[in-house]
Amino acid sequence: MNKITNHQLYRLIAAHFAEIIREPSVIFWGVVFPILMAWGLGIAFTQKGGIQAKLAIVKMVSESDTVRKTKLTDFLIANAVKKDSTYSIDLKNEKLGNAKVTFFETSWSNAFTLLKKGKVSVIIEDKPASSKYYFDPANAEAKVAYQLASGLSELGPVFYAANQSGVEPLTLKGTRYVDFLIPGLLAMGIMMACCWGISYTIIDRRSKKLLRRMVATPMKKSNFLLALITARFTMNVAESLLLFIFAWLYFGTGVQGSWPALMLIFIAGNIAFSGISILISSYTANTEVGNGIINAIVTPMMVVSGVFFSYHNFPDWTIPVIQYLPLTMITDSFRSIFNEGAGLMDVWKEAFVLTTVGTVSFVIGMKIFRWY
Amino acid sequence: MNIFHTHRMTNLEYIVEVRQVKKSFKEVKAVKGVTLSIRPGEYLALLGPNGAGKTTLVEMIEGIQHPDEGEIFIAGKQWKNHQQELHQMIGLSLQETRFMDKLTAYETMRLFASFYKLNSVRVDEVFKLIGLEEKKKAYVDNLSGGQRQRLALGIALLNKPKILLLDEPTTGLDPNARREIWNILLDLKKEKNTSLVLTSHYMEEAEYLCDRIVIMDQGSILAEGTLQEILTLGGGHRSLDELFISLTGRHLYE
Repeated sequence: MNKITNHQLYRLIAAHFAEIIREPSVIFWGVVFPILMAWGLGIAFTQKGGIQAKLAIVKMVSESDTVRKTKLTDFLIANAVKKDSTYSIDLKNEKLGNAKVTFFETSWSNAFTLLKKGKVSVIIEDKPASSKYYFDPANAEAKVAYQLASGLSELGPVFYAANQSGVEPLTLKGTRYVDFLIPGLLAMGIMMACCWGISYTIIDRRSKKLLRRMVATPMKKSNFLLALITARFTMNVAESLLLFIFAWLYFGTGVQGSWPALMLIFIAGNIAFSGISILISSYTANTEVGNGIINAIVTPMMVVSGVFFSYHNFPDWTIPVIQYLPLTMITDSFRSIFNEGAGLMDVWKEAFVLTTVGTVSFVIGMKIFRWY
Repeated sequence: MNIFHTHRMTNLEYIVEVRQVKKSFKEVKAVKGVTLSIRPGEYLALLGPNGAGKTTLVEMIEGIQHPDEGEIFIAGKQWKNHQQELHQMIGLSLQETRFMDKLTAYETMRLFASFYKLNSVRVDEVFKLIGLEEKKKAYVDNLSGGQRQRLALGIALLNKPKILLLDEPTTGLDPNARREIWNILLDLKKEKNTSLVLTSHYMEEAEYLCDRIVIMDQGSILAEGTLQEILTLGGGHRSLDELFISLTGRHLYE
């Protein structure tokens, strides 16, 4: 009679847990998807192949016209590998990294199509007297392509191969994009798992009248919520660990700061979003409305909290607001622990604020919570 | 009132007493002053069209809704001060409850058993009682409508309730599945330990199972008694539907 397996808290946790792991889509979105995202984004933005510059050339003279050759044509004929109407040059430089410059010889109208599709970033109008470069100066990639092409045509391969004695390559851990990304994805995982895993489950159970049925028994209401949060937290630990192990093995991402600090923020982050999840799911019994509410909370934070790119790109006046969003606090703390070697003393304030946010949301949520 | 109350606790002539109960939702008066008593072991049917106030009345007895006016005593106790005791005493099945899809029938039963501090022995007993033993390991998702209703009934019976409240337990079931539920309830009736309040859309269900029938319409009780008593009301009718037409000018079920 006193066996733990007869206890309602045990049974509730087991039930919630079974429901999570028996749903294949939960495993996909919780475990496989974040790893795919880390892998995809990590590959896309960590350019192992060096610079890739692609330009379109619109020729104003013919190649056979030896008298009126242009500097660029001279350069290409002497140095580039020609295939059909494409010239490509591989440039090697130990300090700057290798670069590959590709020129597509084409007509004006086709050049614009290529530009619009993002296949080239610069169009060169090649004339004997002077070449003209057309590109968007706000596009950094286009600027690099312009600098390379114009430099090469003026000075030849020496332009890129010259010994840049003033350059010292940074190969520090924690400076790659993937090092920026992984802590963000871990933080986002906590938010998504809590908001969908806890809020949606509660709203769904309410809409199915299961909450109503359960509270018509001597079940302790607090046990129900505690079990839901515990099951979700356990899953979050597993999901985060798998993502971390993947990043560690594949990208060599490591934790430079303190592990206890990392765990503290992980737990505080879970408290924050568990509380928020209870609050946002405290009232509605309509899963459609619930969907909307959860998206309204989750999506803005996903965009502004700097998961994928730095929030310092947003206007200055928004920064103080963004910095105090729960997701930003977790992301920033994770990043400082992963990449800047932060310890407990550096993140205790964030942990405190996150825990407070969670607790206050939980208390308000419980006050207005509808069991039926 | 207090003296009366004490008297009832010792005597327990009625297991459920509903006295002048009213309940409104915004502008809708769902229940307009209903008085009703149920004896221990008695089976009572609540009949009436949709919106008659049956579910609201049952949910007030279940403690899920609270009356605006009037009082409800269950074994002489009120919900306000005796939640824990009363939860132990009643068993219920709501309209359209859906249990967790990905739990097995057995796990679902174990979960609810744990709320009553009951172990697997009682769970096995109940599975036998509802004849669902071979479906123990099936996910709730994969049970038929009738099997789900039997599971819901089994959960309601876990704690050997003194009062069983079933809100349309056989709506939407085929005749066979309906008869299976009836047989379980008839077996239970023989033990004389449980009172039943049943809301239904089916006259024959009320006739087959219940000692007494209460017909409700628009939040009030129209008629009350055994089937024979009700039919002889106002000069003899052949069916409850006919009686209902003579009382309200409308069909009982449209």
